[in-house]
Amino acid sequence: MHAIETKDVSFSYEGGGFRIAHLDLTVEEGEFLAVLGHNGSGKSTLARLLNGILVPDSGTIRVFGTPLDDQHLYEVRKQVGVVFQNPDNQTVASIVEDDVAFGAENVGLPREEIAKRVEFALGAVGMLGLRNAVVSRLSGGQKQRVAIAGVLALKPRVMILDESTAMLDPRGRREIVEVVKKLNREEKITVILITHFMEEALLADRAVVMNRGEIALTDTPAGIFARHEELLTYNLALPRIGVIAKKLTEGGLRVRDTLDPEQLAEDIARSVRR
Amino acid sequence: MNIVCEHLTYVYDKGSPFAVKALDDVSLTIAEGEFFGIIGHTGSGKSTFVQHLNGLIRLPSSKKKRYKPEKGEILPTLKVGEYDLTSRKTDFYSLRKKVGMVFQYPEYQLFAETVKDDVAFGLKNFSKGISKEETERAVGDALTACGLDPKEVAEMSPFDLSGGQKRRVAIAGVIVTRPEILVLDEPAAGLDPLGKREVMALLHRLHGSWCKTIVIVSHDMDEIAENCTRAAVFSEGKVVMCLPPRQLFKRTDELLSLGLDIPLVAKICLALQRRGIEIDCDFTADDFVAKVLALRRDRR
Repeated sequence: MHAIETKDVSFSYEGGGFRIAHLDLTVEEGEFLAVLGHNGSGKSTLARLLNGILVPDSGTIRVFGTPLDDQHLYEVRKQVGVVFQNPDNQTVASIVEDDVAFGAENVGLPREEIAKRVEFALGAVGMLGLRNAVVSRLSGGQKQRVAIAGVLALKPRVMILDESTAMLDPRGRREIVEVVKKLNREEKITVILITHFMEEALLADRAVVMNRGEIALTDTPAGIFARHEELLTYNLALPRIGVIAKKLTEGGLRVRDTLDPEQLAEDIARSVRR
Repeated sequence: MNIVCEHLTYVYDKGSPFAVKALDDVSLTIAEGEFFGIIGHTGSGKSTFVQHLNGLIRLPSSKKKRYKPEKGEILPTLKVGEYDLTSRKTDFYSLRKKVGMVFQYPEYQLFAETVKDDVAFGLKNFSKGISKEETERAVGDALTACGLDPKEVAEMSPFDLSGGQKRRVAIAGVIVTRPEILVLDEPAAGLDPLGKREVMALLHRLHGSWCKTIVIVSHDMDEIAENCTRAAVFSEGKVVMCLPPRQLFKRTDELLSLGLDIPLVAKICLALQRRGIEIDCDFTADDFVAKVLALRRDRR
């Protein structure tokens, strides 16, 4: 079954701001999809449309076959969790486990069920040891894991991460990426990861590039990063390693276009020795 | 203005159960004209250090009339140009004009109705009685220096700009007072790759022409390798290394054991080393490519 299916979805902000234009996107159950695109390409708008924070002007969105409309809004929201960019904007309670329980309490689950889910969610993000900690004293990566746990407590089938690692340091970023990979693999949660970091996009099964509210490219992540000319057309930067490989090629060295430093070193070594 | 810091220690919530030693006997000199990098994990003391540079965090001896050091306490030295930050007599107000501080995500601090009012805000506060014409000229110059066209953006709401533009407006609002030293905490974080490149190019334009010294805090090792004259590595409140990138990124084992990243070029160099090829470069992409091509020419 398709986890997400949008058909001819269009959206514009009041006052004519940027928008989503006739978007058709299908995400399969269990898929790990990376969404790339320069700032203003419509990535975040898409994230907000997929769980009903924004309502499309036209077109339909289906989540596991259920149409995302007024009647099914709350049902769909339980299935599609979103983690945003700023960890400080996503916590409501002062103690970790209270914060994780917040969403589950709001949907009116019985007490024992909430306790069970909080336990599960904190375990899944590796924060059980800090369940009684004060949220404001956590690191950025830990706060984002608490935010993910809060979403997990609702047992969503789809998780959208809208640049959730952008404000974290490299260590925090690794923490989040590990957790997301594990949830996708072990809990079979469908993941839509919106990111500017190439290393993160490379973890996905498939990647799409958005431009002016449309899907401009669909490919494997490595396939997308190899399409240098198109990346430039859509205002995306080339991967650093690709730039180096290109310069070496222009200098007459025979190296492959790769994203792996090992492989590039291999080619340089061969080419230099010959 | 040189920055000279010796034996600087700082403890948050001193005397309480939550006391944390953020800086532990830090000694560091940043010379006028440098493009200096500060590296380290969250919680390593980087931000605490930079907040000392314009007196946002003040030394106890600069606050109390007669400061009695604790037993065994080494009194720190902290000088920014002529300003002695350990002294109560220091004019912190004028110091802050000389040392501009751009915080993380400075665009969150934009508040005024128009771009020009926002950029003018600091200037008006620092230069009481400044004429309207002068303000306008200074704001226009600062916006232009930040790569924005005053004619186009001055009357716009800062909130209608793109992320990268907002950040440049925020930087304009700091440089408008013509600081000699510009300190930026993660100037490129959170922007898309092109926005990042634009901001770094902007800092290079400012460096030398507008501000003599630039200090950036960054987690991005490629950014440090490509831009900085020297960089200091903070760990648990101490400066563990302070070197130019060329030497710093040769010490990959130490950096990795601190849990820090290394630049992409350093990764490729390591992989080449394992294959018996030594490349001696400054870890910028251009220098690396040049050295590899030279090596091949030599071998032929």
